[in-house]
Amino acid sequence: MPPESPPAAIAAPDISQSPPGLFELFIAFAKMSLAGFGGVLVWARRGIVDQHKWMTADEFNETFALCHFLPGPNIVNLTFVFGSRFRGLPGAIAAFSGLVGPPALIMVMMGALYHRYGEIEALRRILSGVACAAIGLMLAVVFRMMTPLLKRRDVIALLVMVAVFIAIGLLRLPLAAVLLVAIPVSIAITYWVRNREAA
Amino acid sequence: MNSDANPVATLALTFAMMSLFAVGGANSAIPEMHRVAVDVNHWLTDKQFTDVYAIAQLSPGPNVLIVTLIGYSVAGLAGALVATLAMCVPTAVLALTVSRFLTRSSRSRWPSIIQAALVPLSIGLMGASGFILARTSDRTVVAVLVTVGAAVLASVTKLNPLWMLVAGGCLGFAGLIG
Repeated sequence: MPPESPPAAIAAPDISQSPPGLFELFIAFAKMSLAGFGGVLVWARRGIVDQHKWMTADEFNETFALCHFLPGPNIVNLTFVFGSRFRGLPGAIAAFSGLVGPPALIMVMMGALYHRYGEIEALRRILSGVACAAIGLMLAVVFRMMTPLLKRRDVIALLVMVAVFIAIGLLRLPLAAVLLVAIPVSIAITYWVRNREAA
Repeated sequence: MNSDANPVATLALTFAMMSLFAVGGANSAIPEMHRVAVDVNHWLTDKQFTDVYAIAQLSPGPNVLIVTLIGYSVAGLAGALVATLAMCVPTAVLALTVSRFLTRSSRSRWPSIIQAALVPLSIGLMGASGFILARTSDRTVVAVLVTVGAAVLASVTKLNPLWMLVAGGCLGFAGLIG
């Protein structure tokens, strides 16, 4: 429970006053997406909450939590849910097209260039260097997500994490098979731990 | 890259299935993408896969667009389109459906339990992603140092990650990565 529940002020009138049009949704999400190097979430929050005031920070967090908890690319899920909230399915499609369309075009052009020039030695060397740094960035996210578990000394969660790492990273088992076991096990453990803590 | 029976259909099926198991986002699915694209279907070599990952990180947009590049490598424009839609649409429709049912009034404790239960899984998956990519990529001491350096910088500073990618590219161009 938050210490102080904010009163009606949270439903600021300008939030629902002007629902964005389809074209506006497309442009807004295209802008956020094209600004997002290494992740769009920061820009999505900035655009939706700060700039356009289409959602309050709380609404954004709630929607993101839902989309994070469901499978699939989180930001794509968020965009779809967000667009539909304002303009139904057409809104969802407009926002999704803005988010994915322009960067996907860039990606195709990069792909075409890679297939044409990918064998050039200098380009191969550059990409190797970029890949090394990009892997470091991913490991940084892993550490950041692990920190709360380490702080809590959550041994069980850490064991589940290591087990998944071994199954997928070392044994190279198929994702579906691993998750069909790991998800129920992890949910059962979490449920059990919470019940014990509550008791 | 090779001539499967119908690569576009394979792409559609593969990524639609994969998206439903992408717990914690697109980066968690990288090991599965690698398994499917490199080990099972031989669409890409190990080196090509890490190249594709590097290109995707260098480009703007959501991380999931690495599947656009994989699709393009397999079947050109049609492959890019089909892979992208297959990876995005099924889960987006699922999210839409669930968000309609989950109204704010429902104060069940299950969403919070499930969410907490998924956290260690997605960390383990992302760690596996990093490991699988590093196996191909980090073959020299300098390469490992670049990875570790980027990890530390990204953890302790607010530096824009793009600069670390550029720095890695420059070191690579200088021939230091090997």
